[in-house]
Amino acid sequence: MDVQVIPYKRCDVVKITGRIDSETVPNLRETLTMLVDTGKNQLVMDMTEVTFVSSAGWWLFIDTQKIYKRNGNGELLFAGLAQRIRHSLELVGMDDFFTTFDSVTSAVGNIE
Amino acid sequence: MNNTQTFPGRFENLEDISQMVGKAAENAGLDDSGVYAIQLAVDEACTNIIEHAYGGEGRGQIDVTTKVTPTSIVIQLRDFGRPFDPASIPVPQTNLPLEEIQPRGIGLFLIRKMMDDIKFEFTSENGNILTMIKKK
Repeated sequence: MDVQVIPYKRCDVVKITGRIDSETVPNLRETLTMLVDTGKNQLVMDMTEVTFVSSAGWWLFIDTQKIYKRNGNGELLFAGLAQRIRHSLELVGMDDFFTTFDSVTSAVGNIE
Repeated sequence: MNNTQTFPGRFENLEDISQMVGKAAENAGLDDSGVYAIQLAVDEACTNIIEHAYGGEGRGQIDVTTKVTPTSIVIQLRDFGRPFDPASIPVPQTNLPLEEIQPRGIGLFLIRKMMDDIKFEFTSENGNILTMIKKK
């Protein structure tokens, strides 16, 4: 898994490439924790190049969303989720906790 | 044809296990969503074996067997860790406010949703065997 953070004016875009599973979640958690503490309030997860997300990944995103909602001033959003990955999120009933966009352009455009 | 490979129970092997079962599912003729369903179920099951049956990484092996039949693909996972009672794992409640949902039980829930049939066997001689079947 590769993680790249691209700062925009009002949000940070986190571009992830590869698998999000129990092996790779700890690294991604470090990045997200740092961005929640020091970054902008809107976090766009660019999932265009993500091939796989296990429940370990969903729990990381849930944990991050909980922190934003607790603080009351931020949100984690998804962009470019593959249909098969989005389907597994829907199956576990967690899709309502996230706003999703078809592309990074539309997600960032909605914020900026 | 049966294909069995043994992997050390470490998270770094999840990708190789995923590739192995993904190839078997493709060869069985499953479509993209069927292949992904098998990969997700196997990943969740192997993660549970490492975390719960073995209690951590590097404490035991996972034997992965794939078998393609005329009507289905069968995946069998075997470990030699601690057995458990599947009936004791509650169905996760996700229709709750964000702050209240808890991670327990999601892995098993996903496995059941992704596969058409699953069966657990716990033996002292042959270890713990999880058989998962996905129809073509």
